[in-house]
Amino acid sequence: MITALLTAALIILALAILGCTYRLIAGPSRSDRIAALDTIGINLLAMIAVFCMLLDTRALIEIVLVIGILTFIGTAVLARYIERGSVIEDGDDR
Amino acid sequence: MATIVEWISVLLALAGAVFCAISAFGLIRFPDVYMRSHAATKSAALGVLFILGGAFLYFWAVDGAVDARLLLAIVFVFLTSPVAGHLNGRSAYRSGVKMWKGSVRDDFKDVLEKAGTSAPDAAFEKEKPKLP
Repeated sequence: MITALLTAALIILALAILGCTYRLIAGPSRSDRIAALDTIGINLLAMIAVFCMLLDTRALIEIVLVIGILTFIGTAVLARYIERGSVIEDGDDR
Repeated sequence: MATIVEWISVLLALAGAVFCAISAFGLIRFPDVYMRSHAATKSAALGVLFILGGAFLYFWAVDGAVDARLLLAIVFVFLTSPVAGHLNGRSAYRSGVKMWKGSVRDDFKDVLEKAGTSAPDAAFEKEKPKLP
């Protein structure tokens, strides 16, 4: 029963990622696509946590941390690229 | 005792998955990038917090081990998800993405006009960066 509930949670999360993929493809502006990518990363992190519970192992929890960090850095870098036109500037402010 | 905590954690994970699905639904249905960012940031973060808390409780009950990595992931997602949403919304506004026509309030425009700039891109950069 617990396995069935965890599988249901995995399926629901997969449907959520599918909806985010629709917004990623069809989003009218680039910021929509960035928001969709951020949400896909966060849902993927949640899927891996559920998968750890399903497999009854704690070996995959580092992947949760790594995906969280990569999602945040990717969103920050893409937002900065849209806002300023470049990621690393040759300014005198460093 | 361990079985009850196990059930509670599994139900928490299921509730978090439902929250993530609701956030994806909002990401599809809302008319504006700002509203979509609202849906994608807040409720997805809540769902992930539910799922990670459920996993923490699960491993605490089953293995008897307090997993610091899950606590670290909870703190990290809780800190960075609103920051990412804010960065994305600000970059969307300053790159000129239009708001929905039914929006009634625009505070950032007042701030930009008070800073003496009409173009939304020039408020934070008084002097242009010199090209080499």
